[in-house]
Amino acid sequence: MTYRSAASLGLYTCHTCALVARPPDSGSHALCPRCGAPLHARKPDSLGRTWALMIAAYILLIPANVLPIMETGSMFGSQRDTILSGVIYLWESGSWPLALLVLFASIVVPVAKLLALNYLVWTVQRGHPHRARERTRLYRLLKFVGRWSMLDIYVVTLLAALVQLQGLASIQAAPGAIAFGAVVVLTMFASMTFDSRMIWDATKENHD
Amino acid sequence: MSHTSNLIACHDCDLLQRDITPPPGGTVVCPRCGAIHYRYHPYNRERALALAVAAAILFLIANLFPIVGIESQGNRNSTTLLGAVHTLWHDGMPLVAGLVLVTTVLAPAFELALVIGLLVTPRPAPLPLRLVLMMQPWRMVEVFMLGLLVSVVKLSHLASIEPGAALWAFAALLPLFALLTATFNPRDLWTSMATQ
Repeated sequence: MTYRSAASLGLYTCHTCALVARPPDSGSHALCPRCGAPLHARKPDSLGRTWALMIAAYILLIPANVLPIMETGSMFGSQRDTILSGVIYLWESGSWPLALLVLFASIVVPVAKLLALNYLVWTVQRGHPHRARERTRLYRLLKFVGRWSMLDIYVVTLLAALVQLQGLASIQAAPGAIAFGAVVVLTMFASMTFDSRMIWDATKENHD
Repeated sequence: MSHTSNLIACHDCDLLQRDITPPPGGTVVCPRCGAIHYRYHPYNRERALALAVAAAILFLIANLFPIVGIESQGNRNSTTLLGAVHTLWHDGMPLVAGLVLVTTVLAPAFELALVIGLLVTPRPAPLPLRLVLMMQPWRMVEVFMLGLLVSVVKLSHLASIEPGAALWAFAALLPLFALLTATFNPRDLWTSMATQ
């Protein structure tokens, strides 16, 4: 059985509604005849945009992990918590399943997601023809898992709203939370601008 | 511009293939990369509408009532979701507050309203469906629920916890949104839309 991609036959696939259409002869700004979304063979400038978003996310990973995301003030002075110190606090207070959950969602997922996306961009740029199915699966996984990193942002939001006990303790969000939120949003956009169909463009299957 | 209506291409690998309707309960999977194209159930539309209406009611409760309260040595405090966003905004964190507002309030609210609208109108328009698909990745109610769980555990070392009505509403929204995503079928709506 031979596989052909729509693009190898000169057909455009709508990103939004999956309609297969013949592109118009003139002009590059085609719209999908069914849903009205912009129509192109591959997402425009996909690799360049994904690189830009990834580099921004790599840079912001540093303040996201080094700066405190939360500040606790109490009668005994004030304490600043980074993401990692929050994990350690959970671990030491005996909630190790939650400590692992936060460690996974806030530290492992963002870093692993960026590295995996970087690997995909790299292999596409080098025209790597192998393991296309596995790489597509990796792409689906990282698109699914990225949103779970928002966990710590919600924890800080809720703690800052609730712990306003006069004279006892008060919690405020700190600048690390901005950097961390930006990392999550940037990596989500980065995985959206990457076009997994490019993984298959280099395989022999499309050109026999 | 012409189009080929009995052909589809995989959204993940662009493989050209015939658009087939599976038997009830069946799933269409891309033969090359394994992407799920379509889950067919004869009552998909009715099921999705029922789930969306139930989710909308719970979503109202989740936003109008306090999520959780704490009590420590005579001091009490409780918050709603919007109250928490408000606090964050006034603590000099408008960007983070905006992110929380979009992902937990605005995105799910718009998604539910548009999905219900699309399912009850006889001839739905393409634009609302495009907006639903665009917004779906930013709706993070299920992640918020997990964050709520972590917060409650952290607070339980500091004060006594009083769960609010919204907490139970959020817990119930978790499976509802997951089922809605699996049931709501853009493909049925796209094929019902005429091409110009």
